[in-house]
Amino acid sequence: MLAAKNLIIDIPERSSGTPLSFEIKPGETWGVLGPNGAGKTTLLHTLAGLRKPRSGTVELAGTDIQLLRRKQVAQQLAVVFQNNGEGFPATVLETAMIGRHPFISPWDIESAEDLAIARAALQKLELADLEHRLISTLSGGERQRLAIATALSQTPKLWLADEPSNHLDLKHQVQIMELLAEQATANCGIVLCLHDLNLAAQWCDKILLLYPNGDACWGDADTMLTTPALEKLYNQPLRSIVSDGQRYFIPLSSRNSGL
Amino acid sequence: MAAVKSSRGALPRFLLPLGILALLTLATLALAITTGSVSISNAELWQVLSGGGEPLHRTLVFELRLPRALSAFGAGGLLAVAGALMQVLLRNPLADPYILGLSGGAAVGALTSMLLGLSAAAVSGSAFIGAMVSAVTVFGLAHGTGSWTPTRLLLTGVVIASGWGAAITFMLAVSPSDQLPGMLYWLMGDLAYARSPWPALIVLGLISIIMLPLGRSLNVLARGQMQAAALGVSVRALEWTIYIAASLLTAFAVVTAGSIGFVGLIVPHMLRLVLGNDQRLILPAAALAGGALLTLADTLARTLIAPEQLPAGVITALIGVPTFLYLLHRSR
Repeated sequence: MLAAKNLIIDIPERSSGTPLSFEIKPGETWGVLGPNGAGKTTLLHTLAGLRKPRSGTVELAGTDIQLLRRKQVAQQLAVVFQNNGEGFPATVLETAMIGRHPFISPWDIESAEDLAIARAALQKLELADLEHRLISTLSGGERQRLAIATALSQTPKLWLADEPSNHLDLKHQVQIMELLAEQATANCGIVLCLHDLNLAAQWCDKILLLYPNGDACWGDADTMLTTPALEKLYNQPLRSIVSDGQRYFIPLSSRNSGL
Repeated sequence: MAAVKSSRGALPRFLLPLGILALLTLATLALAITTGSVSISNAELWQVLSGGGEPLHRTLVFELRLPRALSAFGAGGLLAVAGALMQVLLRNPLADPYILGLSGGAAVGALTSMLLGLSAAAVSGSAFIGAMVSAVTVFGLAHGTGSWTPTRLLLTGVVIASGWGAAITFMLAVSPSDQLPGMLYWLMGDLAYARSPWPALIVLGLISIIMLPLGRSLNVLARGQMQAAALGVSVRALEWTIYIAASLLTAFAVVTAGSIGFVGLIVPHMLRLVLGNDQRLILPAAALAGGALLTLADTLARTLIAPEQLPAGVITALIGVPTFLYLLHRSR
């Protein structure tokens, strides 16, 4: 559905990098892992067609995404940004409604169906009661859920989400991951930039490791998520624990591990 | 179904405020036409408008007061729409039509013509050229390397504007004293020299029609360039359109009425405080409210201390500032 072909993302002052060639197929959930500054967000924006790659291409359903009209892209692909910038004051419902923008022609106003889709998305993210609140009055976690509700009302076939669990409490983290898993079951392709290795281990089928020098490797989650590989990625000692058949990674500190 | 009902409510939600503003506009126009050294009653106005009435009244209405009232309406509407567009473009609520230096360029053009003793038409023409030189300069410098962030555009505009400011001060300093009052009136905004209202009204109408289908895209752009692009807006094309439209609106307004302040900053703000942030409503509402405010201000300007006239820009500030502060104080 979304394919990178010999893709090198454009990060200033980075001379080289592994050319990325992979395809995100319907129903797959990809996790992008890497330390701060490795280029996770840049990769996500490049995959969304919001940034030009340094070389190579990103293809959406076989066409170079840079050649598609933004509206065509937005009808299939939603992006959840890390910083939900505050523009002018707007209400929660107005914000969820902008997810319908790619589907409404310039001379039309939002239909009852658009409103119903936006309301259902708010309902799903437990924001229905806040519909008339201004975004500036929301907490960080509520804003994050609103960003996901906006993407949900965009009814995308592809989700590109930058740290979707940011600011969320444990219950809502699980809820968001379940929602994304539901979308994957409904044949959506999903790409998540994550910092939480345990969310990645639990919810992702495919993992892409991105190193600060531009190196990268990708593959099935169980082959990629090994303690040595992750220790090298983050330059941080880890311990892995298996409980109920699920693997967990715990960062070690030299202060309490005796290292 | 509740959802269906409230969606059908979207259109009336726009029409009611616009209807009220349209009535307000008509009322201020009627006031402007009937008030003055010779006052005309509403009944007499009706006779004149329906083709009868006294010849004196006909001359007053059709040759003096109506053109001036329409010029005021056009200039006010242009400024308010330009301000609303600039605020979205720069995503900065403090933006006004002059923030990028257009009025400064226009003023330098106009003052130069006045210094050279050229005709009123030449003053208008050179004001327009000055505004366009300023718009193109700011656009080119801010856009030079291909990256165009609101901050970069804003800084470029502010620096160019202060450059024009210095040029204006210099020109005032070296001007012969008999020309100073005319120059100062022009700088403060004055409709006494307004010529035909039609250029302003036609540009206002045309650009409003062009902007109408872009309203929802403007709403999305107000959320930021990246978010807008992710939602299918061709950001660069839209930003260029807004910039060109706002520049033309401002240039025509300045040519019609000089540098009238406050209308472009305060009218869109007042409307946002009362009506919310949907640009599809704010843009046409700004055209009406800005027009009505300047029409009212100009009527007061020429009657308050008649037969002397005040610059209309002083009155827009006197009306606009307290009203705005009151609304801001009342808002959440």
